[in-house]
Parts: sequence; C-alpha cells; structure tokens
Amino acid sequence: MKLDIKSENGIAIAQLSGEIDHHNAKELRTELDRFIIAVQPPQLVIDMKNITFMDSSGIGLIMGRSKLLKECGGKLEVREAQPYIKRVLKISGIERIVKVT
Amino acid sequence: MEVINEIKFSMPSLSVNESTARAVVSSFLIQADPTIEELSDIRTAVSEAVTNAVVHAYRGTKGKIELTVKLLAGREIYIRVKDRGCGIKDVEQAMEPLFTTAPEEERSGLGFSVMESFMDKLTVKSVPEKGTTVVMRKRLRANEK
Repeated sequence: MKLDIKSENGIAIAQLSGEIDHHNAKELRTELDRFIIAVQPPQLVIDMKNITFMDSSGIGLIMGRSKLLKECGGKLEVREAQPYIKRVLKISGIERIVKVT
Repeated sequence: MEVINEIKFSMPSLSVNESTARAVVSSFLIQADPTIEELSDIRTAVSEAVTNAVVHAYRGTKGKIELTVKLLAGREIYIRVKDRGCGIKDVEQAMEPLFTTAPEEERSGLGFSVMESFMDKLTVKSVPEKGTTVVMRKRLRANEK
C-alpha cells in the first residue's frame, strides 16, 4: 500500500496504490488524517487509479475522511476507481455523500 | 454435489491474513478459469468474511479462522469461512445494511451486503460463544473455450 499526496492548483490529490482492506486501512487513515488536520485543504481528491483491490473497509475509510474534511471546511472527491471498485462504492450509496468520478 | 477439487486451511485471526485468504482463494480458482469480474467478486466476498472474523469474532482475542474452498461440478464455487469466536446474537440484525458494532473503527456495516451482492448464495449460522460459519456459493459462467 502506498500513498503520495501532492497539490495541483490548490487541490490536494492523494494517490493511492495497492490494496485497501481492514489491515492496511488503519495506516492510510492515520496518514490521511494527519494531512487533513495539518493542511485543512478546501478540496481533497482521492485518486484510486492504482488501487487493485478494495472491500468495504475502503468505504469506512472514505466516509471517515469525508466527515473529517467537512469538519475542517473541505470536501472530498473520489476519482478514477476501477469498475470492480465502483461496484463496492455503489453498494454503499456513498455517491450520495461524496463525488465519485 | 460432486466435488472436483477442494482446499481447507486454517490461519490465525491476524488482520494480515485477510490478504492471505484472498491470495489462496485466487490461486485455487485459477483452475476454473473465472472471468476477472468473477474472481474479483469472490476475492471481495472472502475478504469481507475473513475480516468479520478478525474484527468481530475474535475482538480482543486471537483464534483460528478456517477457510474451505471447493470447486463443484457445474462450475460452482463453494466457500466456507468458520470461526470459533464470540458468535452473533442476532444474525438477521447483523445482516442489515449499515449495521455495525464497531463504528469507532470506521466499520461500514456493509460486509454481509457485499457478500450477498457479489455471490449467488449466502448462509450465516452462528451460536453465541461458539462461533460463526459463513457459507457462500457462486456459479461461474460457462467456459467458452
């Protein structure tokens, strides 16, 4: 599991690669929260292009970050998820809360 | 139903074994030549069942998780995930979408919903203080080769 965060035109982009499950969601959560609290970005994009697996642990991860960002005055977007990951996202109904493109 | 091949193994309820279970199931299923989507569905369902055992069945303790995978005649996949953990008091309630007993750990309460959506059949049997057995079945599409 790898996480790189960069900033483009005022938008923070978190590029994730590898697998998201309960085991490694904890580490991702810690790193993303540290960034959100320190920087308080108005917009954070989670780029999932290189995520090869995600179960419902990823839903908890996204919902938790969305909530924290909202508390900090920002918003979250999920971008470029693979079709099979989009199926997990769809089951959760998370698209009603978070922009998924 | 005729069993063509099967594996059975047990592992400690360590979270790192969520990916171990997925890897073992993927390797076993290659012989059935599933589509990428079918393989992804089964891996995700197995991951959910094993995670439930790690997070809920053995909360604060350690135990064994037993995984059985069978390739049945007619290209049907049978998967059983069994633990001897704390069990589920109310299975019906546990299977409701978004129900979770661990919101503080950001558990979404969607594990059983994902299993139900990605597999053809899901059966959950549980006895409090004895453990839980999850059985899932999925028929693979006909091999066109």
